Amino acid sequence: MRAFLEGSKAIANTVSLCRPGVISAYPITPQTHIVEELAQLVADGKLDSQFVNVESEHSAASVVLGASASGVRVFTATSSQGLFLMAEVLFNIAGMRLPIVLTCANRAISAPINIWNDQQDSVSLRDCGFVQLYAENVQEAVDFHLLAYRLAEHKDIMLPVMVCIDGYILTHGIETLDMPEKEKIDKFLPAYQAPYKLDVDNPLTLGFLADPDYYTETRFAMQETHNEALKMLPELFADFSSVFGRNYQCVEKYRLEDAQKAIVAMGSVCGTIKDVVDELRKKGKKVGLLKISALRPFPMQDIYNALKGIPRVAVMDRALSLGSLAPLYSEIKSIFFAKKKAPKIISSFIAGLGGRDITAESIKEIFRQLNQREVVGKFIDLKAELLQDKL
Amino acid sequence: MSDSIKKTLFASGHTACAGCGQSLAARLVLEVCGPNTIIANNTGCLEVFSTKYPESAWCVPWIHSLFENSAAVASGIEAALKFLGKKQNINVICQAGDGGTGDIGMQALSGMWERGHDILSICYDNEAYENTGIQRSGLTPYDASTTTSPAGAQSFGNPRPKKPVPEIANAHGIVYVAIASVGYPQDLQKKVKKALSLKGPKYLQIHVPCPLGWGHATELTYQIARLAVQAGLYPLIEYENGELVSSFKITPKPVEEYLKLQRRFRHVLNNSEEIARIQETANKNIKKYNLVVKNN
Repeated sequence: MRAFLEGSKAIANTVSLCRPGVISAYPITPQTHIVEELAQLVADGKLDSQFVNVESEHSAASVVLGASASGVRVFTATSSQGLFLMAEVLFNIAGMRLPIVLTCANRAISAPINIWNDQQDSVSLRDCGFVQLYAENVQEAVDFHLLAYRLAEHKDIMLPVMVCIDGYILTHGIETLDMPEKEKIDKFLPAYQAPYKLDVDNPLTLGFLADPDYYTETRFAMQETHNEALKMLPELFADFSSVFGRNYQCVEKYRLEDAQKAIVAMGSVCGTIKDVVDELRKKGKKVGLLKISALRPFPMQDIYNALKGIPRVAVMDRALSLGSLAPLYSEIKSIFFAKKKAPKIISSFIAGLGGRDITAESIKEIFRQLNQREVVGKFIDLKAELLQDKL
Repeated sequence: MSDSIKKTLFASGHTACAGCGQSLAARLVLEVCGPNTIIANNTGCLEVFSTKYPESAWCVPWIHSLFENSAAVASGIEAALKFLGKKQNINVICQAGDGGTGDIGMQALSGMWERGHDILSICYDNEAYENTGIQRSGLTPYDASTTTSPAGAQSFGNPRPKKPVPEIANAHGIVYVAIASVGYPQDLQKKVKKALSLKGPKYLQIHVPCPLGWGHATELTYQIARLAVQAGLYPLIEYENGELVSSFKITPKPVEEYLKLQRRFRHVLNNSEEIARIQETANKNIKKYNLVVKNN
């Protein structure tokens, strides 16, 4: 069904059709519109769900943990500091193998306080055990939630999924999209059947103490499951396509066939990069984009196959690992270590921190700088005059 | 599972220290709760000694997540049961030690109370972070020597009185708040039963001696718990909707009788000034809660 909707409303109404039995959240910009819409749907009797207003994100994550452990489908959403306050619980949720779906409306991290978009929040939590999907536009943001529940609740997976959407750009932006219909969602996403839960008829102990004789194997199993999820995702994407007619992959290759230069990026900036690629292609420049949709599990083989024949590659990070290489760059770079087939140059660019616009000109500048030797951690659109002022 | 273990619901064979007051209290609580109970447990002694994989002492559904969040986890369980239409038949309990309740868990607990969940929160109060090696908590009593509030040439141990968690609970306007002691099992079980009969948030704080942390002989757990009550230092009281509805009557004994059996108070035994201060706390309790039976 075609609709012209704010991203948050589109996500909330789609999550609502997934029928989560318990929703819990704490207010933080720019995530709030999603849970406000869900609260209204509950208030209007359109969604049968327990909406639990909590006193912190730590408790929001803990509430959905408890509800999920009781065998009920759940939902929560947050951003930035809220995600960090949840961090301890998120590692716990993953370790307890609870199939929670969380929307992270990506926002910069304090200090200085900044409510605008970058991806430092979710990228910093890439090791927490959640599957992480990054959406380019509102349509993907909506569809990834359906895929998230389906993947998370698969009996062979049982891992939580974080759907990462760029704050404001995808939460507050209004786009035309196909809203998934209830009948199709019901077909794609069966009711959740918990393989283990808190049940007085079958009492289990969850969250036990594992000493050195047992702990390693629990972590090994999670690592194996991430590998399993990587194998399963193409099947799920195919299944999704058969129901909804839209095609997704862990990585999207955009005009890469004969490309001499490519940018690797995640999230909404990929839309801008596609426009620039189209424009430059019209001028005869052989450029392209590799969009990473799954940061965890990391589709290394897909990335290798997509980039191995491209001479010049730029990795754009909207997050930092202060004191080292940018996070996405370091992972892409490591794929090609000691490989015979590899790009001649893999350069690293930082852009769009704290909501600074990444314009078409910023992207053209990255393509231009790819003509030079390899650069590492090059900031784009840096204001030299502010640095001189000793900000 | 043998029938006798099923009956207790909290099985023997766990790894608690000899004389552990908390394990005894947990068993007494569960005897009253029965099998239709789900427990969320904060990190702490009770969690560690009862659930070391691949064994568990719990014969009811039980979950541990983190140190500070059992009240929020229990809120999620209760919400899920409501969604499933099963809440009316099942008791939901969140439980923790004194640090997990009154310090690190206070925020989540306050949120749970304020939201009005139908949950019984239980604090097993052994008056320090015993699990991590007897560090001071907000519920450590005045003058108790702990590893982070040690007695020394310049110190009489913990310089502050106990944090009044039952009063904080009452300030939330919850339906039931009570203080019990493992030294008075019948009173304790009566309070658990009462709490479970009421809808809404409930708080029960249970005094549980810790032989390791308090430095007393393992066979004295029960006696020391009773002496705390008899001295007026741990009044067994009960509130419904903020109103004091009962207080356990005592014939007061001097606080020294309680203090002298414990290494954590050894440094004050010859100090009449400090003993007098502790006695003053007991006297205030006796007066405030009307603990003494009047002969007439």
